[in-house]
Amino acid sequence: MATVGRALLILALAVAAYGIFASIYGARSGRPDWVVSGRRAVYAIAALVTGAFAILEVAFLRSDFTFATVAAHSSTTTPTFYRAAAAWSSQEGSLLLWLWLLSLWASLVLFLTRRTLRRVAPYATAVLLGFAAFFTGLLVFLETPFGLSAVVPLEGNGLNPLLRHPSMTIHPPMLYSGYTLFAIPFAFAVGALITRQVGAADWIRSTRRFALAAWFFLGIGILLGARWSYAELGWGGYWAWDPVENASLLPWLTGTAFLHSLMLQEKRGMLKIWNVSLVLATGILAVLGTFLVRSGILDSIHAFGASTLGVPFVILIGLLVASSIGLVVWRREALRSENKLDSPLSREAIFLANNLVLVAMAFIVFWGTFWPLIAEAITGTRRALGPPWFDRYTVPLAIVLVLLSGIGPVIAWRRATPSNARRNFLVPGLVALGAGALLAAFGAADKPLALAMFVCGAFVVGSVGQEFWRGVGVRRAMTGQGPLGALVSLVARNRRRYGGYLVHVGMAVLFIGVAASTAFNAARDIRMAPGQSVRVGGYDFTYVKPTSAISTTSSGELEKISFGAVVDVRRDGTKITTLRPERGYFPSLDGEGLGAIGRFFEGEATSEIGLKAGMRRDLWTAMTPDIRGLLPTIREGDRVFKAAGGKLSPEVQARALGAALTGLVNRYVTDPPPATFRIITSPLVTWIWLGAIVVFIGALIAMWPGGDAARRRVRAGYAARVAQDLAREDLARV
Amino acid sequence: MPPARKRKIRLIVALSAAVLLACALVVTSLGASSEAVTPSDLATARAGVAYQLTGKVQAGSVRATDSGVDFRVRDRNGTTTVPVTYSGAVPDPFRDGREVIVTVRKQRDTFVGEPNSLITKCPSKFTEDATRRS
Repeated sequence: MATVGRALLILALAVAAYGIFASIYGARSGRPDWVVSGRRAVYAIAALVTGAFAILEVAFLRSDFTFATVAAHSSTTTPTFYRAAAAWSSQEGSLLLWLWLLSLWASLVLFLTRRTLRRVAPYATAVLLGFAAFFTGLLVFLETPFGLSAVVPLEGNGLNPLLRHPSMTIHPPMLYSGYTLFAIPFAFAVGALITRQVGAADWIRSTRRFALAAWFFLGIGILLGARWSYAELGWGGYWAWDPVENASLLPWLTGTAFLHSLMLQEKRGMLKIWNVSLVLATGILAVLGTFLVRSGILDSIHAFGASTLGVPFVILIGLLVASSIGLVVWRREALRSENKLDSPLSREAIFLANNLVLVAMAFIVFWGTFWPLIAEAITGTRRALGPPWFDRYTVPLAIVLVLLSGIGPVIAWRRATPSNARRNFLVPGLVALGAGALLAAFGAADKPLALAMFVCGAFVVGSVGQEFWRGVGVRRAMTGQGPLGALVSLVARNRRRYGGYLVHVGMAVLFIGVAASTAFNAARDIRMAPGQSVRVGGYDFTYVKPTSAISTTSSGELEKISFGAVVDVRRDGTKITTLRPERGYFPSLDGEGLGAIGRFFEGEATSEIGLKAGMRRDLWTAMTPDIRGLLPTIREGDRVFKAAGGKLSPEVQARALGAALTGLVNRYVTDPPPATFRIITSPLVTWIWLGAIVVFIGALIAMWPGGDAARRRVRAGYAARVAQDLAREDLARV
Repeated sequence: MPPARKRKIRLIVALSAAVLLACALVVTSLGASSEAVTPSDLATARAGVAYQLTGKVQAGSVRATDSGVDFRVRDRNGTTTVPVTYSGAVPDPFRDGREVIVTVRKQRDTFVGEPNSLITKCPSKFTEDATRRS
């Protein structure tokens, strides 16, 4: 089957090359049949890559170790659910996932726009096929997922235990959906520039929903990564300003900017150069994100090691940057704004300010991420910036951004007058001031930046709440509906607007959570023996007793040994909760020389955190037992098993190993060594996840096809029929 | 003022502001950043200066201590190693052979890691597989 998979990819590459030619030839010669053929090439690639991806998935599900990538990244003991996801834990599998998602999204957008954008679409098709050809080329020539094992092993390496987390199975497809979906507005922007169709907002309208979907999926991907980091990695943080994390944030920030500024172009014909530049930059940054993970150019905890993919990506990005700048300069006359800013106190000005802040944030993140290379160019020495540098710049910008997201929904278009400003800002202003005074009285004044974020967040909730209140009031007066019915019909009639408002509230809640959990957390690493206690953030954590366990897979094989702790949490003597952090030791499959028992302590070890999450505060702990005291016993056991090697039947050997491990875990409980605990008390972390859920609900509402689109389709169909009738009458007259 | 001249002045002001901001950013970045080094670069390390050390955990060098862990970091593609003393909990993926990034300062014969600065490469990203391909 590997040969079939490889053949499908070679065929996809040939189809992509043909499709690029057909689309461009069709557009240049005015031959619609060639244009249609080019579009069908995209559908064909989607089918071919779906076939290739299905072959790889089946190989993973069947643990077919003739595939080298399956042997390296999965095993028969990997649970089925994670075996399916193991496909994209490898470089080649994740590239195939990228290509598959790109082909699906490209097919969808080209199918939906097959009767519109007739001049722009062929060039957009060629660009999308160009991306597809690039990734197919990588998979055919440099990183094939269909390579064969030289010697087929009986067992694979298995999926890394740290990746056996639900977030990690969904995180890459979400992230790649975001990246690939951002290629769509990029492709249509290139098409619009080539055909000089930049004035018409059709390409924006047709691809806006895809841009929003890209933003939505990329945002989910980023959040899932943060959640995995918090719940699985045992360090208690959710964001580390790592280059690869930053690379995913960059297109999300510029994408957020252009989703706002596109409204100015749609409504007032303004900011055309800015918008098209943002769309192009976002598409390039999405490729840059993919490049950073794969090139090894920057030291990142998430990057694949040194690979051969760096040079092709540099060439692609260079080409994209040069052609984007060239196209914008070439079409600069057609990109002139139709209107000017009427007043700095207007919604247009707020949108512009919001864009500047978002782009400034993106620039800071870009600068900090690439600083090692910039510093090397300036000083000859690589230097690296840490989280405090990023925080110094991004925190004030985030505060301004949240404030603007509260002003935007309530300020008037064109020009705000003193009377409408008073009417619109009085309630949100009072809410913000009230919240600020209250929080300052409770001690938040010690952290002025956090307090500023709380005040701005309250302002957003006030302004959006006011908009909903007024909207519901008007609906009730018009229709006589009850409050809930009026709210539902209000949102349903203007999904884009009210969905967007919900996104603002969700972001405010999320940022409040970030500010509180960063500014007011308390953390401590402490070594404790059973019976000892430590006070962290006003809570008393007591290591009550150790725990231990042996886990087996569904097929009865030993999976891991766990050493854990029961931790009692009290506040002022009152019991709050009991936490049960654990450290799981998975056997190493690396070396032949490891002992039967020792290999459990030479493999991967993962933390199962003890977490009591709450609306007010999270109590978080992870533990690492000091197993030095167990090492002599482990070595002795290894010696015994080595001496008995070959003399025992496999069944007897397995039983003896089970008994030895049982003895070891029992000894851990009866004679427990001390353990190092990381204990964190962090307020409002739950608000981050809740805020994100609100953001994504709002984005879904905004994306959902609304009545407006349906009405437009009906009107367009009716207009087409009328035009046909009129044409027939004209012909009859002739 | 003619619109063309107005545009030119605006462009000059914007470019000047951008250059000033870039200079300020370079200065603050240089001040805030630590030198990114490999073990072999640390032969000439100065005591008390922060370095961001990158390399692989030397096989067999990890020793648990009462406060954390002692280990040696070696060049990614070389044999030079340096000793590191780290206090506190280590990340889950930390083990022999893993790529690590840690901010260190030289103290006598060893390099002391700053608390919470040790990060270990995400284990999903292996390129050198044990299994060879045909």
